Amino acid sequence: MAKQYETVIGLEVHVELATKTKIFCGCSTAFGAAPNAHTCPVCTGMPGSLPVLNKQVVEYAMAVGLATNCEIHQFCKFDRKNYFYPDNPQNYQISQLYLPICHDGYVEVDTSAGTRKIGIHEIHMEEDAGKLIHDEWEDCSLVDYNRSGVPLIEIVSEPDMRSAEEVIAYLEKLRLIIQYLGASDCKLQEGSMRADVNLSVRELGTEKLGTRTEMKNLNSFKAIARAIDGERERQIELLEEGKPVIQETRRWDDNKEYSYPMRSKEDAHDYRYFPDPDLVPIVISDEWLQAVRDRQPELRTEKLARYKKEFDIPEYDAGIITESKRMADIFEEATALCGKPKKVSNWLMGETLRLLKEENREPETLDFSPKHLAKLIDLAEAGTINQTVAKEVFEQIFREDVDPEAYVEEHGLKTVNDEGELRTVVEGVIAANPQSVADYKGGKEKALGFLVGQTMKAMKGKANPAAVNAMLRELLS
Amino acid sequence: MQITERTALELGRMIKKKEISVREAVDASYQRIAALDGELNSYVTLDQEAAYARADQVQAGIEDGSITGPLAGVPAAVKDNICTEGLLTTCSSKILYNFVPTYSAEAVLNMEKAGAVILGKTNMDEFAMGSTTETSAFGPTKNPWNTGHVPGGSSGGSCAAVAAGEAPYALGSDTGGSIRQPGSFCGVVGLKPTYGTVSRYGLIAYGSSLDQIGPIAKDVSDCAAILEMIASHDKKDSTSVARTDCDFTSALVDDVKGLRVGIPSDYLGVSPSMQNRLAAMVGPASSIRGGESGPGLDDEVRQAVLDTADVLRQKGAIVEEFDLSLVEYAIPAYYVIASAEASSNLSRFDGVKYGYRAAEYEGLHNMYKKSRSEGFGEEVKRRIMLGSFVLSSGYYDAYYLKALRTKALIKQSFDRAFEKYDIILAPASPTTAPELGKSLSDPLKMYLGDIYTISVNLAGLPGISVPCRLDSKGLPIGVQMIGDCFNEKAILRAAYAFEQARGRFLVPEIAKNEKAGDCKTAADKEGE
Amino acid sequence: MANIISDETIEYVGILAKLELSDEEKEQAKKDIGRMLDYVDKLNELDTSGVEPMSHVFPVSNVFREDVVTNGDEHEATLKNAPAAKEQSFMVPKTVE
Repeated sequence: MAKQYETVIGLEVHVELATKTKIFCGCSTAFGAAPNAHTCPVCTGMPGSLPVLNKQVVEYAMAVGLATNCEIHQFCKFDRKNYFYPDNPQNYQISQLYLPICHDGYVEVDTSAGTRKIGIHEIHMEEDAGKLIHDEWEDCSLVDYNRSGVPLIEIVSEPDMRSAEEVIAYLEKLRLIIQYLGASDCKLQEGSMRADVNLSVRELGTEKLGTRTEMKNLNSFKAIARAIDGERERQIELLEEGKPVIQETRRWDDNKEYSYPMRSKEDAHDYRYFPDPDLVPIVISDEWLQAVRDRQPELRTEKLARYKKEFDIPEYDAGIITESKRMADIFEEATALCGKPKKVSNWLMGETLRLLKEENREPETLDFSPKHLAKLIDLAEAGTINQTVAKEVFEQIFREDVDPEAYVEEHGLKTVNDEGELRTVVEGVIAANPQSVADYKGGKEKALGFLVGQTMKAMKGKANPAAVNAMLRELLS
Repeated sequence: MQITERTALELGRMIKKKEISVREAVDASYQRIAALDGELNSYVTLDQEAAYARADQVQAGIEDGSITGPLAGVPAAVKDNICTEGLLTTCSSKILYNFVPTYSAEAVLNMEKAGAVILGKTNMDEFAMGSTTETSAFGPTKNPWNTGHVPGGSSGGSCAAVAAGEAPYALGSDTGGSIRQPGSFCGVVGLKPTYGTVSRYGLIAYGSSLDQIGPIAKDVSDCAAILEMIASHDKKDSTSVARTDCDFTSALVDDVKGLRVGIPSDYLGVSPSMQNRLAAMVGPASSIRGGESGPGLDDEVRQAVLDTADVLRQKGAIVEEFDLSLVEYAIPAYYVIASAEASSNLSRFDGVKYGYRAAEYEGLHNMYKKSRSEGFGEEVKRRIMLGSFVLSSGYYDAYYLKALRTKALIKQSFDRAFEKYDIILAPASPTTAPELGKSLSDPLKMYLGDIYTISVNLAGLPGISVPCRLDSKGLPIGVQMIGDCFNEKAILRAAYAFEQARGRFLVPEIAKNEKAGDCKTAADKEGE
Repeated sequence: MANIISDETIEYVGILAKLELSDEEKEQAKKDIGRMLDYVDKLNELDTSGVEPMSHVFPVSNVFREDVVTNGDEHEATLKNAPAAKEQSFMVPKTVE
């Protein structure tokens, strides 16, 4: 019988924090600037420059720690991690090794096999590196330090995951928590959330962990799932052939669906950590910790429970809506304005999800204002526009965030409630479709639907279908 | 008296009274530099054009009342590891041979606010690593008292410049004695402030937990005034301390009645057992006692310390000897800590962002290695290697943490001492200035020469060295006074009182020469 | 001489510190570091059990900046001393194989 293997996975997740400035200097963290526009002596490692810690970084790290059930080290320090690489201007990264700010936490994730508890070994604060771009023309690399010094937290899990499914569930959970806290937007594609996968395999039933490898360069959930499967297969193959797994860092190439060792004889991987003498310890008083705790926003679990109590919407809908902080925010704001949770929920669950899917976008990227959705609902409820028009207007809100009132006005989409005009059109339709009229009169109720449709068409969709229906029945009786 | 013999405060007063213009003061320094620096090599970079432009600007500022303060218009020299915007800053290293900072150190900004005119940058041991200024990539500085001798280091250029009248005052930096020891070798006053008193922003780091910028001047009053000017709480330096007692000149009182002065007997006595231990450390080939550059305390230096104690005692101070303890452990702890920090601090010099990049290389890592190997001098490489080793996997606890624990014990022994004494009186260096070329061949022996200054940095304390007299070879002997944390005032008061008794210190022969570029003032001319 | 300093150690430290030493320099470094460590071993005479390693001399803590942008576009200053630059970036030998 073939041997059965178990995959053991731990994750190192880097999250770029949503601060306005870098961790140790007053440079902006905004994306999209020209190379090195957001730099200064501190984040480019100029001689004599010194770091000063951004307080917001500590508060975000504490918030994430509290939300993931961590203990907080109320006395913590920064250490220097020494290694040479051009994206690291000082040739040391300021990080935390000896006393990370958070430790020993966990999150609970839902998987097909039920709820699993994933341990968090520690969360530490550190600075991001710059960006290297390969210049084909001159066969060199170009260094841009705009990202150098952008604050990161690294969330190190325990090796508690056993499958790609659990890994994705864990990442989704972290992302949701962090987005809810407003500590980061957690975009994998843009690199504001990055996961390194530590993976080993062992024969099912054995206690001892196998030799692990670390995989980098995973920038989507799909890539992570593929990399996990690929690395699991690779390691099992080695073991089956009686070859050892080498502890190393590997780079996943998602196009080739294969990982390559990132080894170099020039890297000793001896980081010579020591406390950074340029920074002083962080002492977190009970009062400070409590203040951060008191400011913690409502997280998803609490939100779900509240929705259940406050709003009459299906539990399934509430689940989907709260899966995105942005969507939940839109739901709550729009509901507060129009007072119709059910309607708001319907728009989000129906048209919004459909359009997101069509555009291959994440709910977190929704950028229309809840005010406009609320207004649209009011317009539809008042009968100012009919359902067809409402859908059309919603698409414009979704894409361009238009003001529905102005849009309807501008495009003449108001439902026509003028009885005289409607009567004229309906009379025209009756005259033009004698067969259908005969069918209806002969008892075919369906024929009336056709006539309603023809009337709506003639009115360019601006009629109230109920009114058309009533008018037809009146004229044909 | 020549302008270049004036103290900084005297010059400041003369400028204020319009007895001399700022331009004339700058001129006097440059004439002296022109006459002497070919021989002394105190400076690595001069910027006359900017200095004269700045002189006119400061003159105007003094006249319109926008620049006040006792040192307004007084020229100054700055050690070359302190960043000056637009002015070459090399750390006397090839690796920074072309580095022009786009920012100034906070201490320099403070100086400029107070109306200083920067003459140029002074020579130093490369990256402040050395005790002789011989490890400079730009050649050694010579001691103005005897050009066959070293000026000490690492702030040798700053101290020689002040001693020779090439600058009225200078900034230095002190990581293990780099202000106090060359100060004593050159017959000038040097003060290392309490850690955190002067911002380190813009000081190119050697040992971040030990480095402090401090003043070098002709007398104690100047030192107090300069420190008052450069000390500040800087938000750009996380280790900068917010002090409210920076009125250092208020301590310039000739009164030490009741001042409790402790002399570590383990500094002065050098017990036979310690002699043996030191000898064992240095190796059998070296002799401790009597050697010109050996670490044993020179008799003349010991006598100078005891005589200084007598002066203070006669003025009413209470002087006694005590056992400081742990003296011999300061040097090894220091070299582990300083080298470890240096190995990390100096990793940024890699040929990517500034400074020297090797002309030829193959690939990234070869570029790093060649740029660094060609750019750094021998002593710097030695300390980077040692520092990298003590932090490396498997040795961190045994060396680095052990050194930090030792540091804690050394701090405790000073804390105990300062329960009993207001100041500690000590030698600044076991000997007077050694001859050129005699020290570098045996680095360990050179390190042992720092025995009286190093523990002060480990404990973050303030220390001042004051010239006492000349030895039988005609070289200055300095004594050191050490204060408790944040108690610069105690050492300033004691040093000032001692200086009042001693009188104006001598001027080296080389600086007396009329041809050495004197410039007569309007007042002098009137007097003729 | 501290026998922990072997040729391999010097080689290894050279990789860590990015220093390329000639054979002669390696011999000298071996000797110097060995002697230095012998000397440092004196610290072992000292009983430091129960003593906290002291990084900072003063118990200063919690020095922070507020999260406010204070710097503008400083790329010119940043690149002013660059040994090689292109397209507003530092130019280095290629980093990917």
